Amino acid sequence: MVCTFLGVILWDIFSKGLPALSWNFIHRYPTEGMTKGGILPAIVGTILLTFITTLFAVPFGVACAVYLNEYAKPSLLTNIIRASIRNLAGIPSIIYGLFGLALFVQTFHFGTSVLSAGLTLGLLSLPYIITTTEEALKRIPNSMREATLALGATQFETIKDVVLPKALPGILTGVILTLSRAAGETAPILFTGVAFYINGVTTSVNQEFMALPYHLYMLSTQHSAIEAVRPLAYATAVVLILLVFILNIVAFIIRYKYRTQD
Amino acid sequence: MENIKLSAHNLDLHFGKKHVLKNINIDFPKNQVTALIGPSGCGKSTLLRSFNRMHDLSADAKLEGQLKLDDLDISEKKNSVTDIRRRIGMVFQKPNPLPKSIYDNLAYALNIHNFPKKDIPQLIENSLKESFLWDEVKDELKKPAVKLSGGQQQRLCIARTVVLRPEVILMDEPCSALDPISTSKIEELIIKLKKDYTIVIVTHNMQQAQRISDKVAFMYLGELIEFDACDNIFRHPQKELTKNYVGGHFG
Repeated sequence: MVCTFLGVILWDIFSKGLPALSWNFIHRYPTEGMTKGGILPAIVGTILLTFITTLFAVPFGVACAVYLNEYAKPSLLTNIIRASIRNLAGIPSIIYGLFGLALFVQTFHFGTSVLSAGLTLGLLSLPYIITTTEEALKRIPNSMREATLALGATQFETIKDVVLPKALPGILTGVILTLSRAAGETAPILFTGVAFYINGVTTSVNQEFMALPYHLYMLSTQHSAIEAVRPLAYATAVVLILLVFILNIVAFIIRYKYRTQD
Repeated sequence: MENIKLSAHNLDLHFGKKHVLKNINIDFPKNQVTALIGPSGCGKSTLLRSFNRMHDLSADAKLEGQLKLDDLDISEKKNSVTDIRRRIGMVFQKPNPLPKSIYDNLAYALNIHNFPKKDIPQLIENSLKESFLWDEVKDELKKPAVKLSGGQQQRLCIARTVVLRPEVILMDEPCSALDPISTSKIEELIIKLKKDYTIVIVTHNMQQAQRISDKVAFMYLGELIEFDACDNIFRHPQKELTKNYVGGHFG
């Protein structure tokens, strides 16, 4: 049932998008009010954006999960922290967008830029990364920790040398799936840095940027010549889906590789 | 007078509201094998784990009384727990090799204690020989340790403990997950190791306790009921409870 829906959606998008998809579409700039040319700036923008999100959310999220699972003793405080994280995961993404606007764009004066947007997406990703990392850490049996502790390793050495390496596949899978979701988000970047059109590609973190999901949204609903750009919109969707798909395949390969290892 | 290596005095341990160890007084003689026996849940493993401060990580564990290794106070928080665990090694119920190669399982233990790099290969070889594992694994030291059989894994865990030259080795039912042949190899190993180490072993197996131990402590519901030479416990127990337990009437 689910597969049928997925199949229909994919078939629809690919059949309409593939004809417009070409090498030119991927490596050229948009021209003539988006009706011709390619989407290079949007691809670069999305990749750069995801990169900043990763840089911010992964170290923070993993460190947070390690603290919660390995160090924190069960107490009211840690329960409150956990509950907050679960709740954060349920907040609509547009709220993150407004929050990012208030915090990064205005309070921190990062302006509407790929940095502000990346950090906003990072905030959105944090709860998922923390939760999936914590689950991965929970799956490591205590006997593993006892093995090194009993040898006289410190708790830090135990986490660094045994727990994290063993949990790595699980952590990476969670991280990549979260990031592939974040890469497709529109609402959080709407107010914080995305632009419909910029001249050239974004090369610096304080510039505005184009992003695939937003580009798609504009082409399909806001453009003055919607009919003319429809094939381009479908092609953009194909590119976005392929990017996310590649990330998911990477996650799958990592899992597979580690599973066959032990 | 025996030479006392490890001891507990007036030891009480609570997990939250549960009183798990009740006023335990026991002295473990040097270079002997002492077996802790008793029905499940009597506190044998808990007592064993107190000696290398494995309860440090449980938030609700509250320990009172004194634990001593020679003259060192184990329970004193300011005494380095990593030093204590180096001197008091532990082997667990289920073999727990690290997800590394056979060689690296032992090298890891040496590295965290900063043994000189050049000595490491020799120390590893010695300890694998001491644990009767060398001949079986000498050609495949780079193989992942988890690929070994259960009995080999457990001997590897013992090798990993002895490679640090501890003074005491604590063993928590080391054979309970193993077949009879592996078990007899480990028992042989334990008897050999007592020349150099003081060994405390928790076991559910009466025959095993009789085969390998010099002294036996019988525990019941968190209390130490009787502690005596192995022969006395099994042939002339002083307490009714001990007699019933070793006679197989309950437990």
